[in-house]
Amino acid sequence: MGGNAAEAHPCGFKWVTEAKANRGAKLIVIDPRYTRTASVSDLYAPIRQGTDIAFLNALINYCIKNDKIQWDYVKAFTNVSYLVKDGFAYKDGLFTGYDEIKRDYDRSTWDYQIGPDGFVVADETLQHPRCVWNLLKEHVAQYTPELVERICGTPKDKFLKIAQWIAECSSKTKTMTSMYALGWTQHSKGSQNIRAMAMLQLLLGNIGVRGGGMNALRGHSNIQGLTDVGLMSHLLPGYLNMPVEREKDLATYMSTRGFKPLRPSQTSYWQNYKKFFVSFQKSMWGPAATAENDFAYHFLPKLDVPAYDMLRAFELMHDGKMNGYFCQGFNPLLAAPNRTKITESLSKLKWLVTMDPLDTETSRFWENHGEYNDVNTASIQTEVIQLPTTCFAEEEGSLTNSGRWLQWHWPGGSPPGEAQHDNWIMAQIHLRLRKLYETEGGAFPDPIVNLVWNYKDKNEPTAEEIAKEISGYAITPVKDPADPTKTLVEAGKQLAGFGQLADDGSTACGCWVYSGCFTEAGNNMARRDNRDPDDAGLYLNWTWAWPANRRILYNRASADMQGKAWDPSRKLIEWDGTKWAGYDVPDIAPNAAPGTVGPFIMNAEGTARIFARGMLREGPFPVHYEPFEAPIDNVIAPKIRGNPVARVFKDDAEQFGTSAEFPYAATSYRLTEHFHYWTKHNRVNAALQPEFFVEISEELAAEKGIKGGGWVRVWSKRGSVKARALVTKRIRPMVCDGKTVHVVGIPLHWGFTGAARKGFGPNSLTPFVGDANSDTPEFKAFLVNVEPTDGPAVS
Amino acid sequence: MQISRRGFLKAASVGVAVTTTVGAFGFGEAEAAVVAHVRPFKLANTMETRNTCPYCSVACGVIMYAKGDLKKGEQATITHIEGDADHPTNRGTLCPKGAALKDFVLAETRLKYPMLRKPGSDKFERISWDTALDRIARLLKDDRDRNFVTTNKDGVPVNRWTSVGFLAASATTNETAFLTYKVVRSAGILAFDNQARV
Repeated sequence: MGGNAAEAHPCGFKWVTEAKANRGAKLIVIDPRYTRTASVSDLYAPIRQGTDIAFLNALINYCIKNDKIQWDYVKAFTNVSYLVKDGFAYKDGLFTGYDEIKRDYDRSTWDYQIGPDGFVVADETLQHPRCVWNLLKEHVAQYTPELVERICGTPKDKFLKIAQWIAECSSKTKTMTSMYALGWTQHSKGSQNIRAMAMLQLLLGNIGVRGGGMNALRGHSNIQGLTDVGLMSHLLPGYLNMPVEREKDLATYMSTRGFKPLRPSQTSYWQNYKKFFVSFQKSMWGPAATAENDFAYHFLPKLDVPAYDMLRAFELMHDGKMNGYFCQGFNPLLAAPNRTKITESLSKLKWLVTMDPLDTETSRFWENHGEYNDVNTASIQTEVIQLPTTCFAEEEGSLTNSGRWLQWHWPGGSPPGEAQHDNWIMAQIHLRLRKLYETEGGAFPDPIVNLVWNYKDKNEPTAEEIAKEISGYAITPVKDPADPTKTLVEAGKQLAGFGQLADDGSTACGCWVYSGCFTEAGNNMARRDNRDPDDAGLYLNWTWAWPANRRILYNRASADMQGKAWDPSRKLIEWDGTKWAGYDVPDIAPNAAPGTVGPFIMNAEGTARIFARGMLREGPFPVHYEPFEAPIDNVIAPKIRGNPVARVFKDDAEQFGTSAEFPYAATSYRLTEHFHYWTKHNRVNAALQPEFFVEISEELAAEKGIKGGGWVRVWSKRGSVKARALVTKRIRPMVCDGKTVHVVGIPLHWGFTGAARKGFGPNSLTPFVGDANSDTPEFKAFLVNVEPTDGPAVS
Repeated sequence: MQISRRGFLKAASVGVAVTTTVGAFGFGEAEAAVVAHVRPFKLANTMETRNTCPYCSVACGVIMYAKGDLKKGEQATITHIEGDADHPTNRGTLCPKGAALKDFVLAETRLKYPMLRKPGSDKFERISWDTALDRIARLLKDDRDRNFVTTNKDGVPVNRWTSVGFLAASATTNETAFLTYKVVRSAGILAFDNQARV
């Protein structure tokens, strides 16, 4: 659900077919299209795109009604027994505290009741009407199989069969894994899609166990790494937050980051936040970050809005408030929504710098390519500098995969022409800017001229040098907290891991979750011992995984209250009477006896959250909301359009279409033979799937007089494309709320550069709105119209 | 990590030579003639390097074969890329994307030189790296000096620069990512993102 691994992640999907062949695993696929993943499934059901929460909440409801809950796990390891504040309530699609003007909530009631001892009040009997369990039961009660059929278009009998199979995984010896990708994230409520499944997985006892989990099948080779290292507008490396402007100094910034445990004897590991933060500041600014200047707290820019995400950046450009932009290996002309707006925005820039191994559409957005890029070149005043970079085959370093393994790779080829490594380019930009500030002065030069730059060759920092910075080193000797006469790490030496970080400025560490990747023992990311004791699937000596080389997060939850594996055939770690030990690095203090410390050590509760408190903007429980462009109204809350808290810029709201004008439900996807917009530069991949097409059902084709292989025009409120029609049985019309809904599938790959034929991408059509928490664009559910048309003129 | 098959093949050819001299099978001259016309195994001249596929995050292991050895300062051209059988995830397999990786490395549309498109122009013109980088540094400096905000209306230091943005790449290494982080954040840029949101 929310992914199509057989096509998008084929070599990983191989392990699904292995599990089917060797362990009797069953594969369930729920997708608007009968994908190649569906073709090898044991059970397939269609679902209308953008309605996953209705389906998932109904699964939770089914498990509750049929008592298919892993009770020992749920009672001990989740927050079901905690009492929630009295003001909290849900009605007609909204929780307490909604402000329609701000499109936001006052979330103050979305929290636990705190007792006089300072801890959360709990009712272990689950009888109290305000406990999370009873609030959950009440919340999901309306999501019945009948409602699923009405909203999702999934036939009731199919839903019930799936529910029955999934519910069996509440057994201690049966485990379900969830594999999802952009089919869940690219929605205006993507975070809540994922959360709904995470809740179900917790109720079934499937988190922290072998073969379980919530598996984000990430799209790019290092999208995990770039997130971990914090290359996002609101993040510092290691999931620390950028300060906001009301946090006027370090003490204020830290005042909401105490992470005091909410239950007795819990770890609440974020209590070490300040150590991570100060060590990051030291890695950036070294001697210029001192206790006296709040460790250079004001060298960091302060946010005035929640995020300067990509959509906001293009909005600023569109408003003429952004002058210059860099695209380093990013092709937003095809990857960002509403291409017309992207072109207009780029045209308003004074300058654009692109860095890429390949000739991207973005770097040539000003070039006229007929209907494929119909711009008025002469009127575009943007100066464009296109920089050639090396590719993977010509460079060294680590990439972080979906399993959080940091794998080192080595260069084997010479770059073409004058192409340069990104490290060299970034160094040149910094050194030249730094020199200008040193010679000319200017606006607040301090963070630039004091940036740590201790590389042997300042012009070209090596991957090893930077990896050492990321992993962390001692600035002054690190003493043993148990015995201060002993030195654990000498000054200048690499730290062993984040356990040695300090908040007094004695340690530097670029990204605390990566601490330990490069130690005095060497580069752990380059390890290549592929032994796997007892075929546990963990490979502890193959490269290095964050955090602390741990392969399965929350692995303490794989064992029961006595510390024995729930399922002896899936042992991960067990309590041997004095410590935790087993196949994996324990995700708990090794000496924390069972029954005291909860497995979810990053949460102040020590337990996992069925009730999410105020952590997500829509509410503590997921609610079904329709996409902003939906073929039917929201049947549980007809007045609400889309996600009530998603940010919508004014011009974009005016560009949402209605089902009267645009009756068909469109979705975007990728083909096995293609990787986003890159492989159109490869002759082999371009030839394997040569031409842009859209996929429609036989029924819609008959209704509109469209022939297979014929030309169609597909248009939304924002744009129009021409494509070949692929008339298929893989997409079938669905009936939702009494109305026939046709799905239109639009693959992505084509543009106007490279070896492939010219074509369009779905982003010519998609709406400019994102998820309320992550601002991921709603590419997976929008409205279009379709008609037969003539092909392009043959010249 | 680089492994040369040359060493192995050298040892093997020594074995062949010895055999030839001694004439182990008793056909001395005929054996020598056979050895003389056998072409050297093609892989004798390639350097193998371990890498990982740059596409999706399954991160399959690959082995790249190149003519020329980078470590010796030679020009190296990738001639073949295949799955790494030692890798625990893919165990030698590759998908239709990974199997065609060589086409990406050697694509005709690989960029070779810094290029400049002047305002209103309909073409890119080749420029030198120094010209490109000096120009970028100047554009950054001038815009930053003009638009940097040191304090908000309440007088609180905010030190932000929002008129320039940076999209980073989720196919770069963690090391490039951190170096990019240092350069971008130290300048005060807030509009900083990568493909994680897409």
